[in-house]
Amino acid sequence: MRTDAPVLSLRGATKRFGGLVAVNDLDFDVAEHEVMGLIGPNGSGKSTTLNLISGALPPTSGGIALRGTPIENLPAQEIARKGVARTFQLVRLLPSMSVLDNVRAGAVFGHRRRWGAEAETHALRMLKLVGLDRRAHAHTGELTYIDTKRVELARVLASDPEVLLLDEWLAGLNPTELEEGIALIRRLRDDGRTIVLVEHVMDAIRSLCDACVVMSSGAKIAEGTPDEVLSDPEVIRAYLGDDDDA
Amino acid sequence: MIRADGRTLALVALVLAVAACLPLTGSAYWLSLGISIAMYTVLTTSWALFSGPTHYISLATAAFFGVGSYTTGIGIEYLPYWALPPIAGVLGAVMAALVGLATLRLSGVYFVIFTLGLAELVRQVIIWFQNISGQKGIYVLTKITEAQIFWQLLGLAALVYAAGWAIGRSRLGFALRIIGDDEEVARHSGINTARAKVALFMVSGAAAAVVGAVLAPRFVYIEPSTAFTPMLSFQVVIMALLGGTGRLWGPLVGVIPFTFLWEAISASFPNQTTLLLGVSFLVIVYLLPRGFVGLIEGTRRRMRAREAFA
Repeated sequence: MRTDAPVLSLRGATKRFGGLVAVNDLDFDVAEHEVMGLIGPNGSGKSTTLNLISGALPPTSGGIALRGTPIENLPAQEIARKGVARTFQLVRLLPSMSVLDNVRAGAVFGHRRRWGAEAETHALRMLKLVGLDRRAHAHTGELTYIDTKRVELARVLASDPEVLLLDEWLAGLNPTELEEGIALIRRLRDDGRTIVLVEHVMDAIRSLCDACVVMSSGAKIAEGTPDEVLSDPEVIRAYLGDDDDA
Repeated sequence: MIRADGRTLALVALVLAVAACLPLTGSAYWLSLGISIAMYTVLTTSWALFSGPTHYISLATAAFFGVGSYTTGIGIEYLPYWALPPIAGVLGAVMAALVGLATLRLSGVYFVIFTLGLAELVRQVIIWFQNISGQKGIYVLTKITEAQIFWQLLGLAALVYAAGWAIGRSRLGFALRIIGDDEEVARHSGINTARAKVALFMVSGAAAAVVGAVLAPRFVYIEPSTAFTPMLSFQVVIMALLGGTGRLWGPLVGVIPFTFLWEAISASFPNQTTLLLGVSFLVIVYLLPRGFVGLIEGTRRRMRAREAFA
């Protein structure tokens, strides 16, 4: 299924905050239709990596390319237009607008730009995809937590992205919601979307990801299928600490 | 929603048509009051076009207004009058673009301070020029009547409403609402936030400069302290907040009562105007945080809720 050229590739991506190296010389590729899990202990640089890809932060050095075109020096809005769309670790909705208008924001200004009736139909289609079409005219303040996450996901999907970045999209859900959430992302995966997800929920990683990159202290320490990396002694050490420390 | 817009549009057209008959009453007092209302309507509505959705409070109105006044003041010696308001508009837009590019990347409070300083800066530059040339102020002597000024302002108001209506329906208007809600989301959705903000700031800067140009003949004599009075910038903000910035017609419902209030204050307490301006500002912010628009819509919503329960 995989084509040769990766959709997204990072080469030596590095981010320093003063003396702290948050992301250190990171390399990885994401292939078309692939779901890539970015995992690692807290503070290992996963979210910073997403911020580098989406343009929220400029990398200190190194290259990031979308289908071979460098994007590392572009502002966030250009990267979004080129087809990288993201959700935020803490859900960000547009509080003064209806659910539908939130999603329309993605349809109107994203990778593929629509307007008028076309944008609205597309936004409704995305709401249906995430299971929220009945609440299109609700106010965002009336939604449950998982529904706010669905709105954000629909907004991101509405831009027809080439790569979808999900920053702990499953975090904070209760067990029932988690099941729904995993099923929803699996549907996106079955639709052939290319997804990078930062995640802590191991069940989700095992069942959703084709490949994983494990980060610790800003660097990549392992790469492979979920089963491979999760049984890697170095990964276990990064998560649980050395025997001596215990 | 579209029907409601059509109704609002018809209402605005009707109000403008009725207002246009004001000079026919022959009352100099009402005409002068009408000019104030028309002037503040244009200034406040165009201010709210930018500041309403983005929540960037601009205190640069006086700077644009003063530049417009001086455009007429200086230009009238060389050019026919009708050419001057458009030139003032272009100058206002250019100035807004420069200021916008320099400051709109800054967040909230830095932008407010910069815009307040801008009027002062331009004023000081003109004073400096005058000190060199030895000239104090400029006489603007034209044959333009009060009624003509009033009609020009009404036409400008119609133009501002039309622009606001069109922007509200455009991608640009939608982009600004998104920016006002969450600039981070706006950027990550693919919106060039700097460009959208600068574009709207230019519209509001141009409108204020044209108002200054149109009103200059009325002042007859202009000098920096009157053309660039910071009071004007604050009045515009207060009136916009009193009316409410969430709707295009919001500023108008702030302008009318405030103009009468201001008239009463200036007539009865000519020496305490600044003090009373400050007090009215505090009262408005405490009692009507979302302006008359918020009050009206809140009441409507409550009534609807009551109907739903009944």
